[in-house]
Amino acid sequence: MNDTERILLGHGGGGKLSRNLIDREIVTRFGTDGPLVGLPDGARLQLGEETLVFSTDSFVVSPLEFPGGDIGRLAVHGTVNDVSVSGAVPLWLSLALIIEEGLEFTVLQRILDSVKEAAEEIGVKVVTGDTKVVARGQCDRLFINTAGIGRKIKNLNTGLDRIKQGDVVITSGTLGDHGMAIMAARENLTLNNELHSDTGSVHRLVAAAAEWAGGVKFMRDPTRGGIAAVLGEMVEEQSFGIVLKEEKIPYNPDARAVAEVLGIDLMHVACEGRMLLICAPEVAEKITAAWRVLPEGAGAEIIGEVTDDNGRVILETLIGGRRMVDIPQGELLPRIC
Amino acid sequence: MKYIDGFRNHLAAKSITKDIHDLAGKLGGSNREARIMEVCGSHTMSIARYGIRQILPENVRLISGPGCPVCVTDAAYIDAAIELAERGIHIATFGDMLKVPGSSRTLADARGAGGKVHVCYSPLDAVKLAKENPEEEVVFLGIGFETTVPPVISIIKKANAEKLANISILTAFKLVPPALEALAADKDVAVNGFLLPAHVSAIIGVDAYSSFVHRHKIPSVIAGFEPLDILLGIAGLLEQLTENKAELVNQYARVVRKQGNSIALDLMNNLLEPADASWRGIGTIPQSGLVLRKEFSDFDASKKFNISTEGGKPDLRCRCGDVLKGIIFPDECPLFNKECTPLFPVGPCMVSSEGSCAAYYKYSR
Repeated sequence: MNDTERILLGHGGGGKLSRNLIDREIVTRFGTDGPLVGLPDGARLQLGEETLVFSTDSFVVSPLEFPGGDIGRLAVHGTVNDVSVSGAVPLWLSLALIIEEGLEFTVLQRILDSVKEAAEEIGVKVVTGDTKVVARGQCDRLFINTAGIGRKIKNLNTGLDRIKQGDVVITSGTLGDHGMAIMAARENLTLNNELHSDTGSVHRLVAAAAEWAGGVKFMRDPTRGGIAAVLGEMVEEQSFGIVLKEEKIPYNPDARAVAEVLGIDLMHVACEGRMLLICAPEVAEKITAAWRVLPEGAGAEIIGEVTDDNGRVILETLIGGRRMVDIPQGELLPRIC
Repeated sequence: MKYIDGFRNHLAAKSITKDIHDLAGKLGGSNREARIMEVCGSHTMSIARYGIRQILPENVRLISGPGCPVCVTDAAYIDAAIELAERGIHIATFGDMLKVPGSSRTLADARGAGGKVHVCYSPLDAVKLAKENPEEEVVFLGIGFETTVPPVISIIKKANAEKLANISILTAFKLVPPALEALAADKDVAVNGFLLPAHVSAIIGVDAYSSFVHRHKIPSVIAGFEPLDILLGIAGLLEQLTENKAELVNQYARVVRKQGNSIALDLMNNLLEPADASWRGIGTIPQSGLVLRKEFSDFDASKKFNISTEGGKPDLRCRCGDVLKGIIFPDECPLFNKECTPLFPVGPCMVSSEGSCAAYYKYSR
């Protein structure tokens, strides 16, 4: 490190650069003991008999409104999902707005209405908040931060240490829709059909899986960096690995088309309303079936299993080859040809 | 997508793979080992992405050639682009260029330090940028092979039509056939089959390779980028090797025509002329680049801003040149996965997702 080293956009991409930043600057200061150790999606806080889960997330998406949602819905879902996959029922949210001078009131109203609607659908309450306005150019129209508190579901104890060879990987639906919808909206790539973001809450999926709590080993929502980042970080320094079957991984055809045009691997692309779950093989079919009954889990599929291949995620490709699935590096960049 | 899925069908792949194994069993004499160079970066990427290397017989070796335009961009060119950004000029570029190391820094660093570096999906985004900032200069980084050149120089047509004088191109265009000549003439490069690029061939046409194949007598197949295209291409090359033939075959006939794309070729001929070009890791290859003709020098950023794109100082320990020629595998380079990773690339092959080292790092470590 030298004193001209600066933050690059890639530090925010959810890949290895982001990880370096967090490991070097955050973990060393705050994560050497206590609930931050291991960087879970939410902190588990013991309060007498009760365990609370606490999480926070900031939202800076551009454009503010996109097919399938807006920054308001996203700000609710993002935090609710982090709380949910930590094995909790989300209850309360904070809402902090950083607004750029000049933002139209009509836009702000639409987005706040979205926040209200999304929170009501889930049954969480916005209980505290803040507003700040900055001069033109000091933020991009509107940034939102939310934090959430939830009550831990008893018996639903997930953790990497519970994962065993032969366990099964399930996705709740198609992967990469959100990231591709945003990129398509940003670049005006409509390609006949309109691609919608998958932004949504996973709290009911978690509740459904909790019926088989004893068999559930690990849950996470694959946001920035996509399924490749989630699984890649999961197996890091572990004695197990993952093998995925490409033909089983569900993708939306429109998302595939956009990814194909931009030269992007959908395994690296963010979802905002999906979850990955690892469970014992005997409950896998049951959880998948329970998810498929819900609209947000209609596309659920078993996509792979846990192996003894230390720390590696392998993809069995459509044509029968095998290759490594690597954690994405920095920014998601389109290839040129 | 249904159409494309046909070229990823696993039953068909199985059957072609079996053919490949049968043919490889028949190889003998000096052709006992098939050393096939895929010239194009998109082939390299697809081979890695579908795990094709792992399903091939041991005596069929795929060697990644110099066909990634980002990877072969000279360090001095990056230095020049960074200098322009430091002068306050808007730099518009395809995203892969951001991470390419110049002599000491990347365009991503320049952007982090306040440079106006914009990632474009289409060269026409740069025209839009110039229109929106009439008082400021915009430079598009014109890198690429025959596939990318026509859309980039269409900037000039568009700028003329809209009477824009604040946009120009920093050219480092490269041509595939002269690079093939250089590879075939290089004694270190022991290749007995070429998998020729798909998109480049769609522009230049089958005929552009006839004289090359005829003179060097190396089996050559033009193949598409889908996994079945590549497998069929490999099977076609093995078939020639077992029969001691050296022919030019167009496996990608659904897209590539004999004469190529005349609209694109005319545009290139009208605006550009061949010149010697420096390939990172390989050196100067005669007449392997394209520069703007004199009449269009107003659009030539190197003339407009009087800046040189030559004489950079890349890291001498980097063995990308040997990787690009197929002399070593990426992991035989002393820097691979040590000082040189996709996050902090030293050499060009690690930079672009199409680069051989990056593909190797990402998919087959």
